[in-house]
Amino acid sequence: MADPEIKSYEPYHESQSAAVTESRPVRIVAMAVAFAFLAIFLLLPLIVVFNEAFAKGASAYSEALANPDTRSAIRLTLLVAAISVPLNAVFGISAAWAIAKFEFRGKAFLTTLIDLPFSVSPVISGLVYVLLFGAQGLLGEWLKAHGIQILFAVPGIVLATVFVTFPFVARELIPLMQEQGNGDEEAALSLGASGWQTFRYVTLPNVKWGLLYGVLLCNARAMGEFGAVSVVSGHIRGLTNTMPLHVEILYNEYNAVGAFAVASLLAGLALVTLVLKTLLEMRYGAEIAATRGH
Amino acid sequence: MNTAPAKAGWRFRQPSVIPGFGLTLGFSLAYLTLIILIPLSGLVWRSAALGWTDFWAIAADRRTLNALKISFGAAFIAAAVNVVFGTIVAWVLVRYRFPGRRIADAMVDLPFALPTAVAGIALTTLYAPNGWIGHLLMPLGIKVAYTPLGIVIALVFIGLPFVVRTVQPIMEEIDKEVEEAAASLGANRFQIITRVLFPGLAPAIVTGFSLAFARGVGEYGSVIFIAGNLPFKSEIAPLLIVIRLEEYNYAAATAIAAIMLALSFLMLLVINLVQSWSRKRYG
Repeated sequence: MADPEIKSYEPYHESQSAAVTESRPVRIVAMAVAFAFLAIFLLLPLIVVFNEAFAKGASAYSEALANPDTRSAIRLTLLVAAISVPLNAVFGISAAWAIAKFEFRGKAFLTTLIDLPFSVSPVISGLVYVLLFGAQGLLGEWLKAHGIQILFAVPGIVLATVFVTFPFVARELIPLMQEQGNGDEEAALSLGASGWQTFRYVTLPNVKWGLLYGVLLCNARAMGEFGAVSVVSGHIRGLTNTMPLHVEILYNEYNAVGAFAVASLLAGLALVTLVLKTLLEMRYGAEIAATRGH
Repeated sequence: MNTAPAKAGWRFRQPSVIPGFGLTLGFSLAYLTLIILIPLSGLVWRSAALGWTDFWAIAADRRTLNALKISFGAAFIAAAVNVVFGTIVAWVLVRYRFPGRRIADAMVDLPFALPTAVAGIALTTLYAPNGWIGHLLMPLGIKVAYTPLGIVIALVFIGLPFVVRTVQPIMEEIDKEVEEAAASLGANRFQIITRVLFPGLAPAIVTGFSLAFARGVGEYGSVIFIAGNLPFKSEIAPLLIVIRLEEYNYAAATAIAAIMLALSFLMLLVINLVQSWSRKRYG
């Protein structure tokens, strides 16, 4: 595939006839509209987060973050991401192997099913687990009789997070592995490598940047998920509150500095994610399937 | 190697020397079934168990209808706004060269990366009557925060990258020779954009619209802070599901969720048809 960078560095507006680019005033207006739109909708909200977080100074900020409930929310968010991201990464690799390396019936249907969570409202993603595990749920009685707590506890939060972040790794790896074909693997196998060796030393190095890319996006969503987690968490302070839920509670208590201090950590995570994502695209554009579209 | 197509007729998969098909497909299917399919079919089963009259009573409830109308209406308007501005943003990013283009390009993905609750409280603070943008709009008599307009603002934020990221790669692929050919045949710039470039972009724009719309319909986190959440006026359908759940009214929550899912799938179906039609017409 052609490197998109080479193409995009061609200056379109210079040395071109008037019919192949817009006139100067049109260009200026289009750029002004685009900048204004991006500034109002993307830049300002980001600035507001940090501005509000530090509205009462750095000491109020660090005090807000030292709060034990905030600390426990941070720990829970890290724990949930640490469980759900690897699960979805393993699924993503496994699904991509099956779908990209083999031709079988119903492949297109399976690919559609994997994308399904993206077209379901986060609230519904949480609701389905309430219907399954809740007191009035299908398994509610059985779970209660056996003393197993899923809803309003960590397992429920993990399940809801796994549901909403389900497609991220798979949808990065499937097109990438399809594009790379089976040639390398067939060569390795013909030289006597075992199936596992072929995956470990041939396929994995080929897709590692795409995998990292998918994991990055999956992690950002896992740590930031609100709707689905909100439905299953029960909002027990210090126990089942993730960072986004803690932001809501503090905000509703009119604790603006506290809410925005936690929000600033999540915004920082988003910025780090964007920087890493951009670096990956710049350095390994061809290796993470540039044909991807969200 | 035996790669000749067998004449055996129906075959589940084509033969391959690569191992691990059973293991990876089996694991993937089991995981998909446990995490996604069983919970989702539980929802379908529960709403089917409701019975037609109960289901209809919830669906025809004025509060339910209003919430659905607000969710779908606001998502539609926001997606339309994003089609206009998202296409302009994509065009500027693809065709013009200016300092900071990389940063602007990376920023477009912010709504994907920023947790929705953070976006929600940030937008609310901006558009509140004493906020940076809100206090400018106040003298004009425009109230954004705690009104349906606020819902649209939040959904524009959420939907922007869907349009830009769908349209941008198609714009990058446009062959400049096509434009040069049109120009050499006497077309002016406006004609080239509307007659030559736009038809090629139309399917991508429709896709971007549908993705932004679908996401907007289900959006919860960024909306509930800015919406004000007044029943009948600024209460979105996902919020009504949460309210019914908090009332332990599982039946109503399930029914609203089932309606939302059905409408979303219907919409995706229609959009797929429109897309294949526009691909045939323009492609």
